[in-house]
Amino acid sequence: MTSSARAGAHVSALAAALIAAALPAAATAQTSTADGIAQYRALLADGNPAELWEARGEALWQQRRGPKNAALDACDLGRGPGVVKGAFVALPRWFADTQRVQDLESRLLTCLQTLQGFDAAAIAATPFGKGEQLDLEALVAYVASESRGLKFELPQAHPAERQMFEVGKRVFFFRGGPYDFACASCHSEAGKRIRLQDLPNLTTNPGDGVGFAAWPAYRVSSGELWGMQRRLNDCYRQQRFPYPGYGSDATIALGVYMGVQARGAASIAPSIKR
Amino acid sequence: MSDPMRIRAQTQGSGAIVRVLMSHEMETGQRKDAAGKVIPAWHITEVSATLNGKAVLSAQWGTAIAKNPFTQFTVKGAKAGDKIGITWVDNRGDRRTDEVTVA
Repeated sequence: MTSSARAGAHVSALAAALIAAALPAAATAQTSTADGIAQYRALLADGNPAELWEARGEALWQQRRGPKNAALDACDLGRGPGVVKGAFVALPRWFADTQRVQDLESRLLTCLQTLQGFDAAAIAATPFGKGEQLDLEALVAYVASESRGLKFELPQAHPAERQMFEVGKRVFFFRGGPYDFACASCHSEAGKRIRLQDLPNLTTNPGDGVGFAAWPAYRVSSGELWGMQRRLNDCYRQQRFPYPGYGSDATIALGVYMGVQARGAASIAPSIKR
Repeated sequence: MSDPMRIRAQTQGSGAIVRVLMSHEMETGQRKDAAGKVIPAWHITEVSATLNGKAVLSAQWGTAIAKNPFTQFTVKGAKAGDKIGITWVDNRGDRRTDEVTVA
């Protein structure tokens, strides 16, 4: 390197330092914190315990269970009876047999009831992480894992699916509760965070493996696998707003809204979260 | 009955890299339930690994290890087709052994 080139490099380095100094200090701190969390997640991703749920769910899918002693291999998740591959990235969708738009959890409840003879309402009312809900979490993890890497492609052909999208949008922006909070209060701007967690902007496509494309996920802090229903339940808790109920139309509508926005984003679910 | 472990063993250089995911509550004995009663300690106390039946690793674990623990180590001299066995024992005396073939 010649001395003039070295001097040039020195000047540009100085200029870069000046620009950095001019940036608000908070912005730089925020980036490094987010980087630190991303690094932590990358370290954990190799041994994501969600795999344990996936394995259990796969076994449960084939196992004969319930009052009717049947397996779930005839369960139609939207791609035909027994087809699991690619089903997750096209949910929630319209199902003709139930005359409802259903998400993964509510559809699995239908299968548990019609095929295996379980009481779907009783399972929906069971607290998260207890009883049959534990098996549901495993099934959710298994079905989601069979669509890992695929892009979201929620159908919007049926009028009910389009209606659910509009309802979901209203629910997303609906402010209420003692804090006058909406989903949009936290999730309608890029670059925001809650404590150390980045908040995805869910009014647009947040990208591959972010937001809707990252759930279900293993929560390290609780050591449990959370599906979208449990994720939403906690969002509502943080809003100090009553949960609309497990598998309720309001939560499914939110799923349709987020899922349609996430079209084209690749799913990494089940992912790992702090 | 405990859930099976997820074990992956891949050749790397002159040995193999082994990744193990165990399903265990790893309760420390320091927490209380909703009724205020202490949740008794329940955690893995010993982990051992074998290569074709010969011990290659032995570890003592305690309450500081996370729930559903993940561990990774390398075994020198392991070749494709070799058998890696992992065993854990917990403080209730439960044990589980799973085996995998090095790929």
